[in-house]
Amino acid sequence: MDFELTKEQKDIKQAASDFAEGEFDKDLAMQLEKEHAFPRAIWKKACELGFVGMHFPEEYGGQGLGVFENALVVEEFCRRDSGIGTALALCDFASEILMRHGTKGQKERFLAAIASGRMISAGCFTEPNHGSDITMMDTTAVRDGDEWVVNGTKTFITNGCIADCFIVLCQTDPAAKPGYRGQSLILVEKGAAGIEAAEVGDKMGIRMTSTAEVSFASVRVPAANLIGEEGKGFYHVLEFFDESRAEIAATAVGIAQGAFDRALDYAKQREQFGQRLADFQVTQHKIADMATMIDAARLLTYRAAWNFDRGKIDPKLTSMAKYYAGRAAVAVTDEAVQILGGYGYILEYEVERFYRDAKITEIYEGTKEIQKNTIAGTFIKKK
Amino acid sequence: MEILVCVKRVPDTADAEVALRPDGRGIREEDLAFGINEWDNYAVEEAIRLKEKHGGAVTVATIGPAESEDVLRRCLAMGADDAVMIDEASFRGADPYGIARGLAGLARRKAYDLVLAGALAGDDGYGMTGPVLAGYLGWPHATLVTSIEVEGKKIAVARELEGGLEEILAVELPAVLTIQTGINEPRYVSIMGIRKVRSKDIPVLAPADIGVGAGEVGENANLLRSLGLSTPPAGAEAVMLKGAPAEVAQRILDIVKERGGVA
Repeated sequence: MDFELTKEQKDIKQAASDFAEGEFDKDLAMQLEKEHAFPRAIWKKACELGFVGMHFPEEYGGQGLGVFENALVVEEFCRRDSGIGTALALCDFASEILMRHGTKGQKERFLAAIASGRMISAGCFTEPNHGSDITMMDTTAVRDGDEWVVNGTKTFITNGCIADCFIVLCQTDPAAKPGYRGQSLILVEKGAAGIEAAEVGDKMGIRMTSTAEVSFASVRVPAANLIGEEGKGFYHVLEFFDESRAEIAATAVGIAQGAFDRALDYAKQREQFGQRLADFQVTQHKIADMATMIDAARLLTYRAAWNFDRGKIDPKLTSMAKYYAGRAAVAVTDEAVQILGGYGYILEYEVERFYRDAKITEIYEGTKEIQKNTIAGTFIKKK
Repeated sequence: MEILVCVKRVPDTADAEVALRPDGRGIREEDLAFGINEWDNYAVEEAIRLKEKHGGAVTVATIGPAESEDVLRRCLAMGADDAVMIDEASFRGADPYGIARGLAGLARRKAYDLVLAGALAGDDGYGMTGPVLAGYLGWPHATLVTSIEVEGKKIAVARELEGGLEEILAVELPAVLTIQTGINEPRYVSIMGIRKVRSKDIPVLAPADIGVGAGEVGENANLLRSLGLSTPPAGAEAVMLKGAPAEVAQRILDIVKERGGVA
């Protein structure tokens, strides 16, 4: 048992922290969030420095690192700025499916482009009628000669309006029993005829990240755009959730830590009734609760990521990490706003943004209820 | 161009709560974050830029505790070619004369054209290491350098003066320069850089390797003796302004005008 980061991991964490401190400007963040704009210039720089696609193999433009190192980076990014951090954490969303199951050609073309800041990826799983339950898809892909023809609508698609490539979960065998055994993943590129994307609406948080409805009307792609095995799409996506949930958990830990840092600073400076807020026991207890939750969430997250990198796939553990880190992020950011009082409610003081950005971590990549189902399911088998 | 850059690991005290140690001779370091001295970071960047432009190699060196290796690895990840540590044990408690003595021994081990150091260190603020080092080496030196132009065996350097003035000096190589912040924009450490240096060996030299004998440096050999640190008591000059924000703002403006801050 060893709870120390390696030298290299410490260096990576420090490099991420230095980059975020230097580049994540508060005024810029407030402006981007107002405009619902992706932090494009910062994303480009982050890619040049190797922060994106760190877990891709070196031959495909990555750094040959793991989910763990990726988690360290997104945690530091979200700690400095919840909105920019989340946008950067998600810019290569679902690319892991390509990394694990793509052909050599697919990996050469897409992974290198994603890591170097030439492409943004999106995973299209959720549908208007299938949110948490993706066992049956309405979106279909039908083989026609050398092509797949994709039809259907996906919603709440992260990066939907800014993505250059879409990994689409389709029903390729509607007659399969159960339905999920007839699902496959099809790669669709931006600009294909028949593809349309529109933002789902103005959002409470993660406003620098696009969340869109993406529709496919007889979109034709080459047969070679199948990712992984035909009929295995559902399994590939579930496997992906094991790493993506650890990464989302890391964003939640970072968001919580960032709000905590700001609240602690404020509590040490602000004086009321002749003493610092930090000298009141009520504040001290809040700080203690927040710090404890953050560390518990961090340890669960690190363990989930560490296990994944060692090939120990444990959906229970990643669900625990995602569920608890999300809960910690919401609870800690809530208390941070409370500590800042009236100022906490003002945009300028940032913690309200962390509060709004925290909530999504209990919803996307599997709601907390779905995570609990997964956790409970490993203890209590279905009848 | 062979360049040696002297760096130091210092605590980040700018935004931290700083508390004195019970003996009053230092600050409590337990809860502080440490990193490269800000001025040194600019010096490392400048050295790497000179190397990129004129060829040669950059070596970074430090005298400090084992943890200083983090700082050296960071410099390597930025693009320095080699790093070397000097075993701190015999230098413990050394004043800038002792540190400069050790660094001079190191600088003599190779034919360096240039030795760079930060203009001062964020922790003790002496600003002496570079000039004293130049004295030991018998080399010319320039302080508060804000630009370096290489012209064969000579360099032209700009020095930052008060009042927005700049002095241009011609300096013969080899020379020692102390670097002012703002001379460049230091690069970020990339993941590629970190990966490249992860198995790089950082040798640790003993005092004998750099020509320093037992007892020649360290607390007992110091020319300067620090008597202690203290936090100055709050002065009576401070005026707390109370009232509505607009009134307070007006009052601040009046005070600044009274003292000649604005016309």
